[in-house]
Order: sequence, then structure tokens, then C-alpha cells
Amino acid sequence: MPLTDQRRHAIEVRDLTVAYHEKPVLWDIDLDVPAGVLMAIVGPNGAGKTTLIKAILGLIRTAAGEVSILGHKYKRQRNRVAYVPQRGSVDWDFPTSVLDVVTMGRYGRIGWVRRPSRTDKDLAVKALEKVGMDQFRKRQISELSGGQQQRVFLARALVQDADVYFMDEPFQGVDAVTERAIVEILRDLRRHNKTVVVVHHDLQTVEEYFDYVMLLNIRKIASGPVAEVFNSENLRITYGGRVAFLKPTASADITQSQKPG
Amino acid sequence: MTSVQFEIQLIAILVAVACAIPGVFLVLRKMAMMSDAISHSILPGLVIAFFLTGTLNSPLLIVGATATGLLTVLLVESISKTRLLKEDAAIGLAFPVFFSIGVILIARFAGDIHLDVDSVLLGELAFAPFNRVSLFGRDLGPAAMWTMIVVVVINAAFVAVFYKELKIASFDSGLAAALGFVPAGIHYGLMTLVSATAVAAFDAVGSILVVALIVGPPATAYLLTNRLSVMIGLSILLGMLSAILGYWFAHWLDASIAGAMATMVGVVFVIVLFLAPGRGVAAVWRRRYRQKWTFAEKMLAIHLHHHEGMVDEARENRTAHLQEHFSWDARFAGSVVERAKDDGFVTEGGGLLNLTEAGRALAREAIVQA
Repeated sequence: MPLTDQRRHAIEVRDLTVAYHEKPVLWDIDLDVPAGVLMAIVGPNGAGKTTLIKAILGLIRTAAGEVSILGHKYKRQRNRVAYVPQRGSVDWDFPTSVLDVVTMGRYGRIGWVRRPSRTDKDLAVKALEKVGMDQFRKRQISELSGGQQQRVFLARALVQDADVYFMDEPFQGVDAVTERAIVEILRDLRRHNKTVVVVHHDLQTVEEYFDYVMLLNIRKIASGPVAEVFNSENLRITYGGRVAFLKPTASADITQSQKPG
Repeated sequence: MTSVQFEIQLIAILVAVACAIPGVFLVLRKMAMMSDAISHSILPGLVIAFFLTGTLNSPLLIVGATATGLLTVLLVESISKTRLLKEDAAIGLAFPVFFSIGVILIARFAGDIHLDVDSVLLGELAFAPFNRVSLFGRDLGPAAMWTMIVVVVINAAFVAVFYKELKIASFDSGLAAALGFVPAGIHYGLMTLVSATAVAAFDAVGSILVVALIVGPPATAYLLTNRLSVMIGLSILLGMLSAILGYWFAHWLDASIAGAMATMVGVVFVIVLFLAPGRGVAAVWRRRYRQKWTFAEKMLAIHLHHHEGMVDEARENRTAHLQEHFSWDARFAGSVVERAKDDGFVTEGGGLLNLTEAGRALAREAIVQA
């Protein structure tokens, strides 16, 4: 790994602002994510979590701000970044197989026009083995359950063999077995000093799954190690009065304000 | 078959192939209606380009009309981007305006030439062989044939070269963008192909058949396969089939060839819709029908298994009792018992139904599954 990677953060965001029709969706975000952390982005619906990931990846137009990944602009680092969009963002009736979808993760390295090689397919099979889906490789993707679809997406990200991973709600609508399997894979990535950023909904599991967290609601409320910033005060600011979450250490006024959801 | 008949069919087949190739991606991207918008709105482009060049055979005509098609795509997209209207409404707004401008231009200024309002809708396939190209005095065949060969080659080459890019941009444009594949560029590339194809096919088959051939064969192929490459191949074959069937149907009816081809596209679709293995209506019905009886036999087996060897066995395990237990009517209950007997799950003796070993296994298996 080049020296710059160790000195710099894996992800640096400065003054990032995104607006739809003059209405800010993300307002002046500054964010530093150290290399080798598992970071959750939490915040209420409409807080801009997905927008933040898309803005970092240059998928939507930003009104202001700069992003660097491992010390360079994203465009120079495409092959070091993997992206798992929301499962619902694609058409699962598309006429293609599981192996084919996972192989798409290699397309960035293959480049324009050239076709996937045997090696690319072999890597895709290996990634499917990692997520426990190799026996499904020939399946049409419409035959998969929600959890299986998510594993396929995860395998597609793994086959990108990146240094930084962005995942948009990988736990959305998956069964408990798949959730545990995904967590294991995330931890394995961290062991290999990869940086993983996950849009996450379940506040109950933040402390168990992640070591770094960003609380977001249009503006950044806080970011840092879970132990330092994931507290009831920040949660209250992030979610307003509507904290549907009971943290063991939460102060009485919050625990009484809302029933758990 | 005369050489004119042969040439007409050849042109029809080339049009079908040219339309099917980009059509697959339009259908998969849920943009089938965009072909409707494009094929109609190229008309004013054609007319204006005709006024400028003074001929119907200029390549400029194709360029100008293709540009109008792309302009419509941009217009539709910018209307739906306002989020005040959905895309289908935007399409419905945009193309009739373009199309009617074309119709007015023809009626007002070009009434005395080959462009007329009838041929705009259905084309003049029957006359296509009479407009021929020749080189150094040698006849090279109908002009429409050569135009369509060029379009087929361009479309096939585009899809062959950018197959991987089209696939990822159509399936997951977010990932495609993140990986640097510029899905917007692929989108407009595809739209340009659709426009150019519609323009080239327009003179031969008119605007309605273009839509039928772009949407119909790919939609039909979609019912038959789970593989993108197979879907492309099948779309081409189904398009060719519709073209040939349509030609002879028109010959038999002495009617518009283009109209008959579009009808055949619909006929082929309906046949496949009913008969497609797995996804077709007939297969689904057959599966439901089978499931109904299998389920009833399982319920019967569970019921008999439950009361087997119990004190109430003599009362419960009779065909007559099934009617009140399951609220089955007498005929259905009788049929279920007959089927269960045929399948070797049940034997009947002295009015009493007895499970066989296979019947017990069925009951146990069904309970575990539940």
C-alpha cells in the first residue's frame, strides 16, 4: 500500500452540499473516515444517507464540496472502491444469472469493450462461495429470496477486490442467517484493513456490528468511534424527539418520550 | 415466388432484425413506449430535411430525422425531470405534437410528392423494390434493402461491441456509473440507434410497424428465456418469423403488408403468451390445476392419518364424511378419493378409506413441510 494511504484518511469529505431544486438535501458535510474501520451511517428517513454515498461516488451532482478517497479524487480511484446499491434499485426479473451479476463486479477492471475472462468467472465463483451462494450460480436471479439477492450483491462487491466499500442498506429485509453472514463478511473485510461504509437502519445493532459511526440528518450531527459519539444526546439531535431507540445508557427523558419501534 | 416478392420479404426481414436488436434493450429498460415517441416524432425531421435537400434519398434525411428522434427523447426526459408529470404522460404529450407538425407540413407543402399521410403510418413496402440502386449500370437491388443492411450491421455491431456495457447499464445503472461506464452515454447511444432504425425503416414500413417490431418480438422472447443473449437471438428469429408470416398473410388478404406484419407480431405474442413453457398462461393454469389436486390429496392423507387407529376412525374416514369435514361437494370429494386411489395413497374397503404406506409417507411429509 502506498505511503499516502497510511497518512491520509480512507475517505475525506469537505464542505459537501447537495441540493434538489435549491432545497439542501445534504448541507456542508465534513467527514473523515480512517482506513480499516466499519462505519455505519445512521439517521432518519430523508436524512440524506443514500445521497451522501451517491455524492461521494459522483453519481449525483453536488452543489459544493470536495471528496477524496485514499488521497485522490474518486475518478482516479474507481478500481479501489466497491459499491453495493440498495437491493430494490434493480430489476430482479432481468434475464441474467447469479454468476453473471457477480461477474459485473469485475467489469470496472476489465474496462470498456473487453469481455470477462475465465479468471473473472473463477473470481466470481470464489466470491459466491464466500457468501455461501455458489450452488446458486446458474440460477435466474428472479428465483432468489431477498436474503439471497443481498448475498449476490455482496459477492459482486467482494469480487471488485476494493479497498473502500460503500453499502446501501445491506441488511434491508434479510433473514437473521443472512444478517449474521453479512456481518461476518464485513468483519473479514476489516481484518484485511478494508474500509467499509454502511447505510444502516437498525440502531440496536450499531454498537455490536460497527466501530465507527456517522449520525446524519441533512447536516452531520457527529462522526467518530461508536464508543465516543453514539450517545443519547447525539441520537436525540439526529432524530429530533422521535428516538425510536432505547439505549441502555439513554437518559430518562428520551426513554420515556417514545415507545420503541 | 417472384423476385419482387423475394425482395419485399428480404426487406421485411431486414427491418425486423434491425428493430429487434435495440428493441431488446428498450423492453428491458422499461422504455418500450419511447420507441412510439421516436418513430412518430421523426416525421417533421424527415419532412424538413426533405425540404432542405429536395430528395427523399439523401443520407442527410436520415441524419436530420434521427436528430428529431433524439430531440424528442430529450424533451420527454426534461418534462419528466420536472417531476410534475410521469414519463408516460410526457411521452403522450411530446410525440403527437411532433407527429402532427409533420402531418401538417406534408399536407400543406408536400402533398404532391411521395410523402403522404397514408404511407406515414403504414409505409409502402410493396413499392420498395421499385426504388433501386445501380452502380456502373449494374442493378444492385432495392435501395431500401441496402439501407436496412447498413442499419442491421450498425445495430448488431453496437450491441456486439458494447454488450457488457449495455447489460450493466440496463441492469444496474448505479453500479455502471460508479464503475465509470457512463450509463447516460450508453442510453443516448441506444436512443440514437432506435431513432436511426426508425427513420430507415419508416419509408418501408411506416411508424406503426416500427413500434410493433421494436417492442413485440423482444417482449415475446422475454417470455421464453432467462438469458439476455438468448433473448436477443430469439427476438431476431421471432421478428423474422412475423415478417414472413405477415407478408403471406397480406398476400392472401390482398392487404397492407406492414399491417399484416404488425398483426402477426401480435398473433405470435399471444400464442407464446399462452404456450410458453414455464411462464405461459397454459403452463401456469396446468400448474395451478395440478396443485389443486395435489393439495386436496395431501389434505385427505393428513386427515386419514390423523384418525387412523383412533376410536372415531369408522366415522371420520369415509368418503361421505369428507364433505362435511372439508366442505367439499360430493363430486369433488369423490374425485379426490379416486385420484388418491389411482396414485396409490388410499385403498377403500367396506366404505372405509385406508391409507397405504405411500399415503402415510405423503401425510407425514406434508405435515413436516407445513
